[in-house]
Amino acid sequence: MGSGRLYAAVAAGGFRRYATYKAATVAGVFTNTVFGLILVYTYLALWEERPHLGGYDQAQAVTYVWLGQCLYATLAIQGGGAEKDLMERIRTGEIAVDLYRPADLQLWWLAGDVGRALFQMLGRGVVPFAFGAVFFPMALPTSVTPWAAFVVTLLLATVVSFAIRYLAALSVFWLMDGMGVNQVLMITGVFFSGMVLPLNAFPGVFGDIVRVLPWAAQIQMPADVLMGETDPLRAFVFQAAWAVALLAAGRLLQSAATRRVVVQGG
Amino acid sequence: MGERSVLLEGLRAYRLIAGMWVRSSMTYRTSFVVTVFGNLMVTGLDFVGILLMFSQVDSLGGWTLPEIAFLYGLSVTAFGIADLVLGSMDVLGARMRDGSFDILLVRPAPVLAQVGADRFALRRLGRITQGAVVLAWALASVDVDWSAPKALLVPVMVVSGAAIFSAVFVAGAAFQIFAQDAAEVQNAFTYGGTTLLQYPPTVFGKDLVRGVTFMLPLAFVNWVPAAYVLGRPYPIELPPWTAFASPLVAVACCALAGVAWRVGLRSYRSTGS
Repeated sequence: MGSGRLYAAVAAGGFRRYATYKAATVAGVFTNTVFGLILVYTYLALWEERPHLGGYDQAQAVTYVWLGQCLYATLAIQGGGAEKDLMERIRTGEIAVDLYRPADLQLWWLAGDVGRALFQMLGRGVVPFAFGAVFFPMALPTSVTPWAAFVVTLLLATVVSFAIRYLAALSVFWLMDGMGVNQVLMITGVFFSGMVLPLNAFPGVFGDIVRVLPWAAQIQMPADVLMGETDPLRAFVFQAAWAVALLAAGRLLQSAATRRVVVQGG
Repeated sequence: MGERSVLLEGLRAYRLIAGMWVRSSMTYRTSFVVTVFGNLMVTGLDFVGILLMFSQVDSLGGWTLPEIAFLYGLSVTAFGIADLVLGSMDVLGARMRDGSFDILLVRPAPVLAQVGADRFALRRLGRITQGAVVLAWALASVDVDWSAPKALLVPVMVVSGAAIFSAVFVAGAAFQIFAQDAAEVQNAFTYGGTTLLQYPPTVFGKDLVRGVTFMLPLAFVNWVPAAYVLGRPYPIELPPWTAFASPLVAVACCALAGVAWRVGLRSYRSTGS
């Protein structure tokens, strides 16, 4: 089997695994729609008070909310993707089996996570987004080009999101327990991805800082590309640079970890 | 057994199980302290979000920051208490899938007490602490002409609110018996509910406010009584006495949730594995 086909099979496995939980998917759609509704009303009140906050008009703010709900599970913003299983395998020592596979550890987990992300987007993300588009005025492009650019940013966002969580998971080689790391992932993910407020609307120097952190690649960049608020090329470069840097850091940490790997359990 | 002794039995079982979990979490003290702190941070993010919004505006839906902090503190503290007492309810679906729910049914203790105390986590004190701190700040900085009824209403809101949220947890658990894989629906009402109540009712559409007042009466956790305390008109017409109706609403919610729980338990079919 060619290595491309191997990783495609791993990705398909990730997709199918999440597709099994049908009721959970429906429940997730419901939850994201409810949270979307709450956020939309607060944002409308906020933009009522401060029109053009962060350079967005009201329709753009609404679009941002529903895009966030669409990508919340897709990009595992608060964690809960492949890194959860990876942490468990490191903790129990089952990681030793993975290291013996004739496949690249990082690519293997990336493929599985991409499959998961694709399912979460189709199964869980699209419906709340469509709900928002039907019941609220949104700022969506009518030509093909921005949508095509948007798909590219989504792909890059998925890789950046994975790369961050992969780094976090590898830390379990040293920490032995993922609880604290998971909390950090959750806090940083929710806050710096702009789930609380678009990063554009963060004030002052603090705003300047959060907009160059890797989390900005996850919701802010796809949103700005979709709504034509940024040059797509600039967004691609920003996302790809973070993806490469974080994946490389993951490789370094991975080889350091496997050199000192102590298999737990017996 | 009479109703009273069932209740006492339940409380005793709850205390024993919860005590066991507390002792177990205290085995690793550092880990415990870290998770309490982490919990405090996670829940505090919502308020940081509100602070960020107020770095850009002076009011939201016509309400000032101390007024919204008042709503926030009430909602989070009440929810935090319910979450501490019954927060493990959302693992019910998983327990039914792996068959361990059956074990609870044959044990000689009320099932609700066993499920509620399951994995009792003192780290959830983090949320209560965070809510209480914001509430204290709000009480100190909000511009209110305090009277005895208004002052008395604050603790009444926290207790009734905790009871209303507890009822939502129990009703959600009953729902999970029917829809075994749908714990997230419960999250929409519990976490969604507390998030909704952190913002003033004027922010939301009238239909949503009506729904949260009359259908799923979360508005009585804080919106309705807090509007009275702050001297703000409630966005929909309500008779003045409703400002003091929270305890009644709480009792009614708990009774309904209790009925739902019994119906759920009676209709439970084991997975058989």
